[in-house]
Amino acid sequence: MERRTFLGGAAGAAAAGFAAPALSQGSVARTLRVIPQANLTSLDPVWTTAVVTRNNAFMIYDQLCAQDAAGEIKPQMAEGWDVSQDGLTWIFTLRDGLFFHDGEKVLAKDCVASIDRWRKRDPFMQVLWPNVAAVEAMDDRKFRFRLHKPTPLILMALGQTQFPCFIMPERIAQTDAFQQIRDTVGSGPFKFVRDEWNPGQRAVWAKNERYVPRQEAVDGLAGGRVPKIDRIEWTIITDPATSGNAMAQGEQDYWEYPLHDLLPMLRRSRGVVVEQRLLDGTYGVCRFNTLQPPFNNPAIRRAVAMAVDQRDYLRAVAGDDPAGWGVCEGVFTCGTALANEVGSDALKTHNIERAKQALAAAGYNGEKVVLIAPGDYPQINTLSLVTADVIRRLGMNLEFVSADWGTVIQRRASKEPVERGGWSIFHTTSSGQSLSLPVFNLFLRANGPNAWFGWPDVPEVERLRAEWVEKGGDPAESKRIAEALNREAMQSMYYIPLGFYWQPSAWARNVTGVFRAPATVFWNIGKS
Amino acid sequence: MFAYVVRRVLATIPVMAIVALFVFSLLYIAPGDPAAVIAGDQATPEDVERIRQSLGLDRPYLVRFGSWVFDILRGDLGVSIFTNLPVLTMIQQRVEPTLSLMVVTLILAITIAVPMGVVAAWKVGTWVDNFVMSFAVLSFSVPVFVVGYLLAYIFALELDWLPVQGYTSISQGVGPWLENLILPAIALGSVYIALIARITRASMLEVLQQDYIRTARAKGAGQRSILFLHALKNAAVPIVTVIGIGVALLIGGAVVTESVFAIPGLGRLTVDAILRRDYPVIQGVVLLFSFVYVLVNLVIDLLYTLFDPRIRY
Repeated sequence: MERRTFLGGAAGAAAAGFAAPALSQGSVARTLRVIPQANLTSLDPVWTTAVVTRNNAFMIYDQLCAQDAAGEIKPQMAEGWDVSQDGLTWIFTLRDGLFFHDGEKVLAKDCVASIDRWRKRDPFMQVLWPNVAAVEAMDDRKFRFRLHKPTPLILMALGQTQFPCFIMPERIAQTDAFQQIRDTVGSGPFKFVRDEWNPGQRAVWAKNERYVPRQEAVDGLAGGRVPKIDRIEWTIITDPATSGNAMAQGEQDYWEYPLHDLLPMLRRSRGVVVEQRLLDGTYGVCRFNTLQPPFNNPAIRRAVAMAVDQRDYLRAVAGDDPAGWGVCEGVFTCGTALANEVGSDALKTHNIERAKQALAAAGYNGEKVVLIAPGDYPQINTLSLVTADVIRRLGMNLEFVSADWGTVIQRRASKEPVERGGWSIFHTTSSGQSLSLPVFNLFLRANGPNAWFGWPDVPEVERLRAEWVEKGGDPAESKRIAEALNREAMQSMYYIPLGFYWQPSAWARNVTGVFRAPATVFWNIGKS
Repeated sequence: MFAYVVRRVLATIPVMAIVALFVFSLLYIAPGDPAAVIAGDQATPEDVERIRQSLGLDRPYLVRFGSWVFDILRGDLGVSIFTNLPVLTMIQQRVEPTLSLMVVTLILAITIAVPMGVVAAWKVGTWVDNFVMSFAVLSFSVPVFVVGYLLAYIFALELDWLPVQGYTSISQGVGPWLENLILPAIALGSVYIALIARITRASMLEVLQQDYIRTARAKGAGQRSILFLHALKNAAVPIVTVIGIGVALLIGGAVVTESVFAIPGLGRLTVDAILRRDYPVIQGVVLLFSFVYVLVNLVIDLLYTLFDPRIRY
């Protein structure tokens, strides 16, 4: 066979066998072309906590109740709920006219099965679950929670955005919570077009014509979820410069997480709008390994915190414009009810010389500090580099280990000394929502071996957290406990809060109806 | 000849077996845990362990290797840990863009590089030769992604002639298909052009010194005929060899080019899978690449007989 014949045949076979559908000019006008923050690799929002999977799930599935822009929990699929006088029974009633994408009616038993699968993975509901005697369907539209003791936080758990309780058909929701579901039938405003899913390239959703939205105006994730566009098409573009160019050229309509370095370029593009859409900022965290020297000594951890100036980190990540970030020297999300800086004195020192003195007084003796940083995660890598500079300026014996994120998340699970593959410091980021309450705040947990990586053991923090679960319904008590928690966390300093930066989104000027919300969702958005 | 081809095809089996063992072992000892990636930050160690168990990642090395090999022998490359899709389906989805990119790059590179090398050899020592050699050095020195960004800036952003990114299937028409591939093919082909042009020049210089070329000149043969009929055919063996070796270069370069131009090909599939530790996908793609490389080498070996009848198998 001649080379030409071979190549011609191969190209022809490829074209015939693996053709992808195209977008005509007309369909472009009815399609929202989105560059998501990451590749959509899994569709099951219970199986994985990836934000991109959750955002996909917001289109496919619906929630019983949801957070409005002020953080209040409002009914969504639920018409409403009644709480018995003793607070031990909550009865939820479903709205009429709710259908799954396969045409089946949404029933109370579907909600019960979905709650049961979700609660096995949601950390918030796991805390509350000992209070729950049963969740049971009463008829097709009603189901109830029976409780051992009053638990007002049930509503907050069901309506949370962090790990939402999405409603699936009972047959799907009966899948083990640790197995990935294969079916993507929901009752949300968009249907997943499975045939066009090419992980790493494209994911597509089509308008659910049968969806009946609430009549209220959209408000955060609450209110009417009106699908205003026929088709939403995510294109995975891994290179930020290419994403920026695609936006500037009008080849894409919406970019969820533009790189901060490219924001000035996007703002100069006449056809592009750059605005803050997400309601919460992204918070940076510097985490210590409290099991191994030198950071098994709280005084050394506090000494490092004294040298930290959050502004250095935030400028490095989000640029010099102070409107793009905020200092937040406490463990709870700034601007929320529990935010406070009681006992944050060490973090407010911002003085390298005083930090050096504190380090010497704490007995630091040149022990090696291994800082693991993910080179493929620009923001977290930047936070790591700034901490590395702080550690060096303090005169500590630093080993900076750059790896990919996959390696970092495996190595951070090691409790071994640094000489045997362990670690001393790593960084991560988190949404503001995740840090707003003691039950959400993963970094705050201090239950020793069961705590998050770093494994701090501070019984008083755990006691206060449990107290908040009991008394958190009372605003005054909630505030008092939050202040005590901040004081304890800052005294033990098992992690250093690094402030927050805003993550704006960018969209084409002809995209209409974009609203602020705690998550990136696409209902109510159209194109003019 | 037929016996040789059969022997070579059979010889790919132990090669592929070694590649399979190597890839599997390397991934086994490499750091990283897909279960931790799936479970996310909020998961407890017990959650991660349960996911690991459900994925079968807690099984011993030999059991996992044996089960993987057994599946491969049945034509099953496994299922992606993350997407739950068969690896074969994922590869099929990505073959067309990568194959298109490689074919267009190959055609472009050979069309440009071979005449460049021939002319440089013909005009050796002149400004034409210097220009070709300078171009080759520059193309070797500038990384593919820099060439890619420059091309995108000039031809997409400034001149608005071509799209910045994306891929259109050939089934949508050759025009749109080519429109999306021109810039990536030039970017990817730049190193390849330099390589082929240099080898062509060197090989041609050697051949042009031969007695039969002098004889052809003495017989009054035209310059074009001497260069392209007499000399090039005899200089072809090293050129064809380099083109074959260059396929590996293309596979490596495709990873970067596909990222810069957002082409949904096998290169990006591989990188994404590596970053997530999606073992079945990594193993499947590496096996495929190895197979293609072995196959290309076989084709190159067979082509030798076409250019040099003295070679017999």
